Order: sequence, then C-alpha cells, then structure tokens
Amino acid sequence: MIPLPAPKPDVLARRAQIVAALQAIIPGDGVISEALRLKPYETDGLSAYRQPPLAVVLPTSTEQVAAVLKYCNAQGVRVVPRGAGTSLSGGALPLADAVVMGLMRMNHIKTVDYENRLAVVEAGVTNLGITKHVEADGFFYAPDPSSQLACMIGGNVMMNSGGAHCLKYGVTANNLLGLTFVTIEGEVVQIGGTYLDAPGYDWLGIITGSEGQLGVVTEVTVRILRGPEGARAMLAAFDSIEVAGQAVDAIIGSGIIPVALEFMDRPCIHACEAFAHAGYPLDAEAMLIIEVEGNVEEQDRLLSWIKEICNRFNPISLKVAETAEESLAIWKGRKGAFGAVGRISPDYLCMDGTIPTGELPFVLKRIGEMSASYGLQVANVFHAGDGNLHPLIMFDANNEASFHAAENFGADILKLCVEVGGCLTGEHGVGIEKRDLMPVQFTPLELDQIRALKAAFDPQWLLNPAKVFPLEGNPIFATIPVLNAA
Amino acid sequence: MLSSTIVPKSEDAVASIIAAAAAGGERLAIEGNGSKRALLRPVRATRTVSLRGLSGITLYHPTELIISARAGTPLPEIEAALAEHGQHLIAEPPDLAALFGSSRPATIGGIVATNLSGPRRIAWGAMRDHVMGIRAVNGKGEIFRSGGRVLKNVTGLDLCKLLTGSHGTLGVITEVTLKVLPAPKASGTVSIHVATLEQGIAALSAGLGSPFSVSGAALLPEGEGAVAHLRIEDFAESVAYRCGRLRDDMARFGAASVQMETQMLWQGIRDAEPLGATPEEAIWRISVQPSAAPGVVAQLRAAGGTKFLLDWGGGLVWVAAHASEAAHQAVVAAALWAQGSYTLFRAPEALRSTVAVLPDELPALAAIARRVKAVMDPAGLLNPGRMRAGQ
Repeated sequence: MIPLPAPKPDVLARRAQIVAALQAIIPGDGVISEALRLKPYETDGLSAYRQPPLAVVLPTSTEQVAAVLKYCNAQGVRVVPRGAGTSLSGGALPLADAVVMGLMRMNHIKTVDYENRLAVVEAGVTNLGITKHVEADGFFYAPDPSSQLACMIGGNVMMNSGGAHCLKYGVTANNLLGLTFVTIEGEVVQIGGTYLDAPGYDWLGIITGSEGQLGVVTEVTVRILRGPEGARAMLAAFDSIEVAGQAVDAIIGSGIIPVALEFMDRPCIHACEAFAHAGYPLDAEAMLIIEVEGNVEEQDRLLSWIKEICNRFNPISLKVAETAEESLAIWKGRKGAFGAVGRISPDYLCMDGTIPTGELPFVLKRIGEMSASYGLQVANVFHAGDGNLHPLIMFDANNEASFHAAENFGADILKLCVEVGGCLTGEHGVGIEKRDLMPVQFTPLELDQIRALKAAFDPQWLLNPAKVFPLEGNPIFATIPVLNAA
Repeated sequence: MLSSTIVPKSEDAVASIIAAAAAGGERLAIEGNGSKRALLRPVRATRTVSLRGLSGITLYHPTELIISARAGTPLPEIEAALAEHGQHLIAEPPDLAALFGSSRPATIGGIVATNLSGPRRIAWGAMRDHVMGIRAVNGKGEIFRSGGRVLKNVTGLDLCKLLTGSHGTLGVITEVTLKVLPAPKASGTVSIHVATLEQGIAALSAGLGSPFSVSGAALLPEGEGAVAHLRIEDFAESVAYRCGRLRDDMARFGAASVQMETQMLWQGIRDAEPLGATPEEAIWRISVQPSAAPGVVAQLRAAGGTKFLLDWGGGLVWVAAHASEAAHQAVVAAALWAQGSYTLFRAPEALRSTVAVLPDELPALAAIARRVKAVMDPAGLLNPGRMRAGQ
C-alpha cells in the first residue's frame, strides 16, 4: 500500500467549525459532512484506495470556489479537487483532513462560437457533453478518453487526458485556449483567452496536466473542430506481436497518419470478443484497429493502401468496414475493453506507461514473462501510434497477497517502460498510484525543482498534497508521521 | 553592450559557465545563432552564451515520429534530415532571418525558446505542442530534463511547455525532442477575392469550419478588400478533391480559384513577407479571436498608415508601422479592445527598451511568475529584461 501523510490533528479538531464556515460560503446542500453521504467521495477510479474526507463542498460558481480556497488557505486546510472521480491513478483520493472540492455542479456550457471555433464550458461539463452539444452542427471536441461519457473537462485539463484519436488531434493541452483559474489564495485569474499562443510564460501549458497541484480550474475555453466528412475503421490480425509492430511501423513510414491506430494482444482480443461479439479473430496473437477519415473515396483509397501494407506481413485476417455500422462494430470491442476484462476478473489495475514504439516486441515479451512469474493474467491494449501502453493486470481484491502482487507487477512494468526510454504515465497521471515511482524517472534534483515549482503556486502544500511528488525528501511532510491508507 | 560571446561545446560546459556566473553575480545573454536578437527587449548582460557550439541531431526514429537535436542545430539541417524521410516539423516554424536582418539561420533551440510557429499552427498546433522532451540548465547551473522521447507523457509538471516560449529566462535549453509527422505529398490553395476584411474572415472561418482539413488560412489586404487563402495539404487525390469542393463553397464570398503546389506563397506568409515592412518600420503581432481581427485593423488604420497580414484564420494579425510610441500605444489599445494580446516583435532598440513589449501579467500571476523565476533562476542572470523590465 502507498503511504499517506498523517492528518493534521488541529484541522481534525476544528472539523465542526470548518464545516460551519464552508456552509456559510455555500448555502443549501452544497456542503456534505455526514459519514454516509461522504461515502461516494471516499475513492475514485483507483478503488483499491479509500479514505473518507473531512467534508465535501459542491460549489456552483467560481466565486464560491475562490471563497472556499481563500478560507482553506487562511486556515491551513488541505483541498482535494475532484471532477467525476474517474481518475485511474487516485488523483481525487481524499485525505482525512482534506476538503474535497467537487466541481460537478458547475456543469453549464456558457458559450459556443462556431465562427471562432471555440466553446466556453464550466469544469463539471462532461467530455462527451461538449461533443454532444455541438455535433448536430458538425463539430466535435477532439480528445476522447475512454471514460468520456463520465469524465469532466476540469479533470481532463488537470490530467491532460488523451484518448484514441490523439495521434492526429493531440491531447487536452493541444485543444485548449483558456482557463479560469483560482489560486489557493482565492485569486481568480484568466489564463489565455479566446486566442492562440498568448505571449509570456505558458501558464496554460504548465497548469494542464498538473493534477490539481497548482490551483483549481472552474472554466475552460476549448477549441472545437469541424468533423471530417466521414471515418471508417479496419481490422488487421497477425500471428505474432513482432509482426504487428512491424506493420505499424510500415504504415507510419508510408506517410499515412491514421486518425487512430489501436493494438490489442491475444488475451485482450479474447476478453473483448466474449463481451462485444465484434467478430475479432480468436486465433490472432495481435490485432490492430486502424481508422481513417475523409469522404468515401478518400477512405477507400487510404484503406486499400493500408491493406496493401498489411498484406506484406502475412495477416491472419483483414477486415475493412464497408459501412459506418461495421466500423462501430469493430470499435465496440475496443471501447469496451476495460469492461470486458472486468467480466473475466472482478478486479484489475490499468497501467499507463509509454514506450518508444520500436521497443514494443521486447516490452510485451517481458510483460508476458512477468505475468508468468507473478502468476497474474494480463491483457494488453494500447495506442500503437504513440506507444501508450495499457496493460490490464487482473487480480483478486479480496486476497491481499494478490493485490500486493498486482501492485508490484504494475510497478515492474512501469520501471521497464522508463528503462527502454519511455515514461511512467502517458495519460492517466501520477496521482497516488505512481507517486513513489517518480524517482525511477527523475533525478533528486529534478524532483526538487518540480516540487519547488509546485510550492511557487501553493506555498503551504494545501492543494492535493501527497500526490505526484514522493513524500520522501519533501520537507513539508518530514515531521509528519506516515500512515497507511485504509 | 555585450563585451564577449562564449561558445560552449558541451552541456557540462554550459552548466559550469552558468554556475560560475551565478557565483560571480554575472548576467548572461542566452542565444543560439543570435538571429532573433532584435526580438522583444534588449538584454542587459556582460557576456553572451551562444548555444551554436552544441549542434547536431542526436536521435531520429522516423517510424516513432521523434527527432532529438542539440539546441544549436541550425533549423535547415533538421528540416533536411526530416525531408530525407518524407517528414517535417509540424508547426512550420518561420525563417525570420530577413525580417530581423540576420545572415545566420535560426537554431532549433531558439525556435523552441521563442515558440514561433507558421501558418500550420491553426490546424496542427504550435511549436510548444510538439516539444516532447527537453534538456536544459537552470540559473543555478544545474542540468535537468523534462518530458522524454515518447509522444504521450504526463509524468510530473510539464516543464517543456514552461520553457518553450520563455525566451531563455527560466533555463538554457541544451537539447530538444520534437514530435514530427509525415510531410504531405501535395498541397493546393483556394484563393478568394473578397470586398471587405469582414468577408475575408467569414471566408476563412467557413474554410476552417469545413470538413476538408484546411491547414493554412491567411488574409492579405489589398486596398479596401483582400485575398483570402485556404490551404489543403494531403495526398494528391485528396488535395484535388477538397480544393474543388472548397472553391465551390467559397464562391459565395467572392471570385474563387484553385492553384496547386503553392509552397512559395505559404513560405512567404510564414515569414511575414507579404506584410512588406521596410527595415525602419516596427512590427507587432496581435493575437485575437478571428472575428475581432477586422475591428483591430480598422482601429489601427484610423490611427495612421499601417500595413497588415492576417494568418491563423485571422487570429494572428501582423502589423507594420512607423516605429513610434504612438503607434505602439495604438496597437496596445487595439489588442485590449479585442480582448487579445500583443507582442512588439521588432523595433529599434530605443523603442523596445522603453515600452512594454508584451502585456503585463495580472497581479496574481505576476506574483507566481516571480516565484517561478526564483525557483528556476534565483540570481536573475538568464536573459535579464528580455520579456519585461526587471524580469
């Protein structure tokens, strides 16, 4: 288990007073303090960790967010910002002495401006909610994390979320124009605006992906894009992982940029097929889903070129969707991959390292060996164009030894990712989950420097503390005895 | 004035020079080839550190869409290496040697430190969007890295973005790793003669709002009217098809025509050639939402004879005018009116050392900026005064 810092006794002792002060800022039902109603907030997508917070606030305006932060800063109270709570890295895990600030009631789309191709939305609007709002007019918001039905744009900004289509459209950071940002002192500042590339330091860039460490985002100005005339997928299956990897290299080497290029290994193909009946080839060791865009002729042309390339690698099967419905069927299995694995194993850890794509055969071979030595099954699904791996490690949460083994297995995979030139996390964030692995990727000096930058925004370390940066070597936590999570 | 230039040959040498300068309280101007020395405010330093001695591509894996190069590598060298494999720098960084009167090419470190992007920025992102990894030396002489050599990475705070566009004031970039993409096989341009700038912006917005993946959208004023250009880059068959569809759609804005292989036109726009600035004139860049651009132009025209070039769908307004404080104040007022931002991009030293070449930060952000600077460069020795007085 990953240690959390001990709660501040003085804050716990003042709980009633703090709750009353928060109620004065957010009247009505916007402050939660009863044990039973705190329960839904005690964990996030990393559900192995649970910790009820001191209280939850559900502000409805930037002014309320600012007032709560100002109060907490003055009182030395820790704050854990939360969107939909879908973080897979424990980014929204509460601390016993922290106020969870849930932004889900700030869920209004304030402006849609097609001429300037932007939308101003509150932090609690869901990712898919933006696209749903503009799709009748042919537009969409590009980043599409698997949790897009539930996850909120504020959380997307904080995690710099990606998705299946970032090879072409980029991640969250590449699709933002501005933020309404509230500092821990309660100052409201506009970062960026409705235009591109404000001169000066790139606050938008450093805040995006900062995992709630620097401030709270209440409004986001996103770029919205006009969708292509159409898109279609194909499926290519191979009898070895190496060969599938070579096919990926050949496609990219040919100058084609597919809008998505997804890779699944044998266990994942089987899990998804059993779940979605998408017609996946069960005899394949590796399968690619490749999507292209354009009008029908353009799609036909690109797909026939890709087919020709894949044919050089003796595919077991090649299936080009003839219609949009067939495309959806191909995607159905992939989109449901996490749920499909959940049917085989009630509990799984979803890892998120990135590797140079050339290292793929080696890394997947090593993961297979680790799977055998840990005695835990693993299914691999990932974004092949950008090398972002998602090994799903299956375990039994009712068996503590199994959970420990799964955590160690996951840590070994991530260390391997760093070893081959990659990184600990491609899109899920460090959170609590990968916090103590940070020294694998960073030198002590580099860690000190980013910790000092965190402190430049949040001098008292009140914002989402105990995440991202290892506790060890951090003077702010040095004198506090360390406890295990529940 | 600058008394001497040091040209370190290794990252370790850069680190020792900076550590020594920090210990001795010396201030340093940081540059690559110095091709953009006339950008922003003049640096007050005793010595210049040029990164041109740190040169060469260190890693290039075409199928991984990744290239790494030392900071002093000339941009043309990188572009040539990519072209050999049919790839390119996505943000289409400009060659501003002519604009800044330099005889030397830009370096990749300088392009990243200034976050300069060309017309493709509107569709494919800025330089800052493609910096996947960075090695740098902070103001204490410590070497650090951020990011890496993979395309997706959210591990820790993103110092690649913080350093990109920080004009060497937070750290000395020694090596960068960039995402690259296959270069398009063909390109074509739909040009529309419009009667007013408003119509021109409407045409660009319609083009960018079309499903045809427009990768350049510029407006060149001509008298009262203008010519709007929309670029398509892709495989030849797609370019022909989409240009045809766009031309038909654009006819409602004015006479529209299609031209193939228009690289020279876009290279000119990238380097701000159609602006037609004389060497004596000052140049500004104003960032606004496109719909505000005609208003900005109208205001500046009313303030005196000025030249314009609009890129990024109208979101980037290049302005050239007589180098005076009055002209600068007119630009500041227009940017403020449009709720946008501005940069005094080129001006004689007298002007750029007296006016605010960038807008001031809001007080809460200025306080954070001071603390960030104190972390990265506590002695304030890196490019002092480059972006703002005292910063």
